[in-house]
Amino acid sequence: MRHTAQSMSRKVMIIAALSGIAAFANLSPALAEEMAATVIEKGKAVAFDRKKGNCLACHAMDDGALPGNIAPPIVSMKLRYPDKAKLREQIWDASIRNPNTIMPPFGRHQLLSEEEIDNITEYVYTL
Amino acid sequence: MNKLLTAALALGLLSAFTLPAQATPEEDLEKFQSFFHKRFPNTPKDDFINGVYSIDAASREQWESMEEFPPYELSIDKGKELFNTPFKNGKTYASCFENNGIGIAHRYPFFDTNAGEVITLELAINRCREANGEKPLKYKTGDIADISAYMHFTSRGETINIVIPDDPRALAAYERGKKNYFAKRGQMNVSCADCHIHNAGNMIRADLLGPGLGQTTHWPVYRSKWGGMGTLQRRYTGCNKQVRAKPYKAQSPEYRALEYFHSYMSNGLKSNGPGSRK
Ligand code: HEC
Ligand code: HEC
Repeated sequence: MRHTAQSMSRKVMIIAALSGIAAFANLSPALAEEMAATVIEKGKAVAFDRKKGNCLACHAMDDGALPGNIAPPIVSMKLRYPDKAKLREQIWDASIRNPNTIMPPFGRHQLLSEEEIDNITEYVYTL
Repeated sequence: MNKLLTAALALGLLSAFTLPAQATPEEDLEKFQSFFHKRFPNTPKDDFINGVYSIDAASREQWESMEEFPPYELSIDKGKELFNTPFKNGKTYASCFENNGIGIAHRYPFFDTNAGEVITLELAINRCREANGEKPLKYKTGDIADISAYMHFTSRGETINIVIPDDPRALAAYERGKKNYFAKRGQMNVSCADCHIHNAGNMIRADLLGPGLGQTTHWPVYRSKWGGMGTLQRRYTGCNKQVRAKPYKAQSPEYRALEYFHSYMSNGLKSNGPGSRK
């Protein structure tokens, strides 16, 4: 139940996010919601995939089981990052903010594609 | 609280740990060891030889019951037999080593000032074979791990005291190893130090990261994950691969330098190889 409620609110959120983008401006609300849900699901899948983001190795995140505790839990992302681009930058290359970070530079080292990073950003922004 | 603390640690409180390039080995040693003594105040100083089990009571219990019937015992026996079996020319390994190879394993790796290079025990074993007309063994597992296990067994309880002789080449090898330990490498851009210094005691997913101090004292190791024995450099290979870094070749100058620095950092601890790990 909790999970469903959460992912519903996520969908609403991301619609809000996507509605700012011109390409989505003319979509019917139902279609927009579907696309947003897909983006979030894809983002979550890549974030949890051990061979991709593997964020749970270090971060407690969402309903991920047995997370590591190397890094701060991923919560309140909208409060932490009023500017979503900054969040994307953190995922793309964490060493910009902290040169000593252990967090892999997912974009700079091409561990993930630009689209995967977009999707993760959208997903993480709902947490 | 715990989460906050972890976050604070992750955010740089600990990641400030460095060994400055201009520091002497003695200064590095003091700084390295006191870092772990402060970080894990409940671990007796001589217990770091037990790796991750020195900081984790839960897994230690399992490990101690495993050690009651040590899974490396067979390897010691086999190694002893190999060690005492004459080469085709009639000589044995004993002829290549000081004190016939007994109770000397803990002195490796050392810097050979004649040859100008770091000599690890496994390298010395293979050089001994070659000097006696035998083919070298593979480095990461198999007979070489058994022979090393036997030789280390005869060194148990000896105090480790790796020496950096007054020779610029020795210091250069040490510096090369030190640089390697702290260098971010691989697609994931992570260093040995990131995991085994800055995050020692933290969980990477379900694995507790063990302290860098004491990592070299108990090799070779029977590892459940391997289902057999492996040398220290086999472990280096695995840790490099974890972060998608291309491993160096076993016994390459890079890994020998790494082993030299890494072993020096455990000076003062007791030799306790071979070991077992999960
Ligand atoms: C190997 C460890 C590691 C992995 C894997 C990792 N991170 Fe991080 N992450 C960190 C650390 C440590 C920090 C703390 C800040 C720093 O050191 O850069 C951090 C910080 C963050 C932050 C900033 C948090 C805040 O409140 O400011 C975000 C967002 C983040 N990571 C997202 C991710 C995402 C998304 C993934 C997976 C795609 C991921 N991380 C994978 C270690 C990791
Ligand atoms: C992404 C994290 C990570 C990195 C980077 C890493 N290791 Fe490890 N290492 C581990 C984990 C997890 C273990 C198993 C738990 C333990 O013993 O610490 C381990 C174990 C070891 C062990 C065995 C310890 C023992 O008691 O038997 C050695 C030795 C070691 N690492 C050396 C290194 C070296 C040298 C490097 C760099 C070349 C390195 N590691 C890089 C995660 C890492």
